[in-house]
Amino acid sequence: MVKIHFFEHDGTEHAVEVEPGGSVMLAAVINGVPGIDADCGGACSCATCHVYVDSAWADKVGGTNPTEEAMLSLCGDRKETSRLSCQIAVTEELDGLKVTTPEFQF
Amino acid sequence: MSAADNQSGNQSRWSMVGKDPYSIPLDEIDLSHPGIWQANEFLPFLARLRKEAPVHYCRQSAVGPYWSIMKYADIMTVDTSPDIYSSEPTVGIVDTFEEFTLPMFIAMDPPKHDVQRKIVQPVVAPDNLKRMESLIRQRVCTILDELPVGEEFDWVKHVSIELTTQMLATLFDFPFEDRHKLTYWSDVATAIPGGGVVNSQEERWEAVQECLGYFTRLWNERVNSEPGNDLISMLAHGDATRNMPPMEYLGNIILLIVGGNDTTRNSLTGGVLALNETPAEYDKLRNDVSLIPNMVSEIIRWQTPLAYMRRTAKVDTDLGGQQIKAGDKVVMWYASGNRDEEAIEKADDFLIDRPRARQHLSFGFGLHRCMGNRLAEMQLRIVWEEIMLRFQEVEVVGEPQRVYSSFVKGYTHMPVVLHPKA
Repeated sequence: MVKIHFFEHDGTEHAVEVEPGGSVMLAAVINGVPGIDADCGGACSCATCHVYVDSAWADKVGGTNPTEEAMLSLCGDRKETSRLSCQIAVTEELDGLKVTTPEFQF
Repeated sequence: MSAADNQSGNQSRWSMVGKDPYSIPLDEIDLSHPGIWQANEFLPFLARLRKEAPVHYCRQSAVGPYWSIMKYADIMTVDTSPDIYSSEPTVGIVDTFEEFTLPMFIAMDPPKHDVQRKIVQPVVAPDNLKRMESLIRQRVCTILDELPVGEEFDWVKHVSIELTTQMLATLFDFPFEDRHKLTYWSDVATAIPGGGVVNSQEERWEAVQECLGYFTRLWNERVNSEPGNDLISMLAHGDATRNMPPMEYLGNIILLIVGGNDTTRNSLTGGVLALNETPAEYDKLRNDVSLIPNMVSEIIRWQTPLAYMRRTAKVDTDLGGQQIKAGDKVVMWYASGNRDEEAIEKADDFLIDRPRARQHLSFGFGLHRCMGNRLAEMQLRIVWEEIMLRFQEVEVVGEPQRVYSSFVKGYTHMPVVLHPKA
């Protein structure tokens, strides 16, 4: 199992454990973590599963892909470690991952 | 459109109305005709095409040949492939004439689209909306408190239009007493000449010129005063926009007027209608008003205020086993995808507690996804919160009249009677 810590913008923590294989977005949705809407269902085409990756994890998680970059660039509150969580695959390597959801999803 | 086109359009525009959808040869089904939309007979046609021809070619129509994309998954494919399916030169089913076309980012591809969208996006960004919420609520309350109780009136005119117009006036800091001009310009922008709003392209263009004149005056006022939080001031003072060509400025204004007007207006009316058609859902709502945010998404799906968006194929491509050629018109029927049982369970049912209600096509997906989606949701949520505080029922007491359009899916009149809470 892989543990992922989601923090709301006010700091409230939601820790979830999931099997590797799905996406970080799915880990949030399945476990009812607030702040992730995922309107497009994981197709990288809406930017409503936006998260800020904890800077200590940014290298392990990696950067955006081109489609994701295009969607994220339209978000007003985009930051350096912004990712769309539907595009982050859950792997054993990411056990302990910390991400924060923005105050609003666009 | 030439006179001949108009005639053929008029001649056939009612041809599918009143007919069994299965009595018409498959290749003669033409969803672009406003007739079946105005008559509220479109659903069985959409269902037939989803089943028998999910990527359907209409060879002949008043607007020329075009492809119809009927299923949720195929619509997602088209909407998220801007390299194959271009938004240029227009997203409407009718080809535009260059001299009557305003530059708008809804009809642009990257990279220009992205640059222009980023400039105007902050005005409807969620953090800006939060600042506006109390003003919107105050205006909603004033409108609802002035409505007659226990007697028939037109919900479209007195609530839906009034509210969305006030909202736009707020966004633009538009002179409040002139706000009904915004409604008129919005109607004109999407009007089919001869369809009741304007009689010709020239008349339409005159109204557009009037709109430009008005907004140029506002621009000049704002540019000479301190920067404000309204859209016009943001454009007039913004580094990237202060030298915007006049027609580009107008294009952006019209896009926001149309985008923020018809759509929310018709969801406001559609929600009342949907609840009247499904009394069990209205009961659910009375028992639990915390369902309102979820219901708002369901209303937007159920209504699908814009029936379609058009793309134009840039290259030869294959979709659902059909060969689409470069230059072909490709129409994504959101109104159909939102009723696709393969993507949405019990898609024809209106269920205010539907799971994953946000997963609908009404805002589109991909780079052109509706910029004002959060504003629309906020407006609808506030209106329903305030309605439920005041009224036991908003009762629809007559058949609603619908818009003559296959694009704007909406209502021109809907008689209602308000029943106050006991």
